Amino acid sequence: MTAKEQWLAGAGKALPVVLGYLPLGFAYGALASLAGISLPYIVLMSLLVFAGSGQFIAVNMYAAGAGSLSIIATVFLVNLRHLLMSASLSPYLQKFPRQSLPLVAFGLTDENYALACGEFSRGERGHYYLLGLFSTSHAGWIGGSALGGIFGELFNSTSAAYTMEFALYAMFIFLLVIQISDKKLLLAGCLSGMLALLFYQVIPGSWYIILATVCTATLGVMMEKWQKS
Amino acid sequence: MAEVLILILGMAVVTYLPRFLPMYVLTRLEIPPLVIAWLRYVPVAVLAALVVPGILTVNGQITISPANHYLLASLLAFLVAWRYKNMMLTVTIGMAAVLILQNLW
Repeated sequence: MTAKEQWLAGAGKALPVVLGYLPLGFAYGALASLAGISLPYIVLMSLLVFAGSGQFIAVNMYAAGAGSLSIIATVFLVNLRHLLMSASLSPYLQKFPRQSLPLVAFGLTDENYALACGEFSRGERGHYYLLGLFSTSHAGWIGGSALGGIFGELFNSTSAAYTMEFALYAMFIFLLVIQISDKKLLLAGCLSGMLALLFYQVIPGSWYIILATVCTATLGVMMEKWQKS
Repeated sequence: MAEVLILILGMAVVTYLPRFLPMYVLTRLEIPPLVIAWLRYVPVAVLAALVVPGILTVNGQITISPANHYLLASLLAFLVAWRYKNMMLTVTIGMAAVLILQNLW
């Protein structure tokens, strides 16, 4: 296949992600416009950041009057989960030309990652294929954001924002469900959820996310070691 | 609005680095198995930690009642996600449930 054919084949596989990104991007764009962010910046954020949950959280915090530094720090913490995704794709990426890695990394959202894993498990995929997939879903995200920023005012009410904000939780719930592939992970999910609820009530700020995660992963590894010995 | 621009650029940097650095380094190295085992728990743990406090609390208080629309909608979203493995369907049905519940209670 030529580079163009590979790119188009990858782009075609992005359809499920694009369909998911249009309403999510719309919800983000509408919430951002309710928070007082202007359309060019709404679109610029989707163009340069490309992080669904990170952008939702940033807009929430911005609307609540949080400072830029604390928003950036929170987005960083929320995005730390991508360290693992990036690491776990490495074996497949070893054959890619090195100059393609900066572009591949840019598109590594949760959904693109999940889709890429599926593609790699079906056989060899080149960098043009992967970049076709990632850039098409990015276009869907930017398009949805712009539409939300433009038409979001039509839904300018707290009740609409309340409904649209749930898109974030529905997305997380979906990603959680598809990542629970065995009993250990099911247990880890339950444990982390309970720890997070506990930390959420006793520790101020959003540290509860990273604390619950670090405790859960550490306990999980300790349990595996203990089972083996 | 210059502040928003700085915010966006800062977010872009802290989003990009965790996506790029591991693959940049690890396409050249091997990761210790213990680290791989630890990292395997991270996605599920992060997502559960994001979801649970958000759906079980209303204004910071644990609220388990029909008045907590997010909780009921989440249970439905869990079922849809588990049964159909479809993100768009999960998001759409979840949002529809919140919209309907809001008008009931």
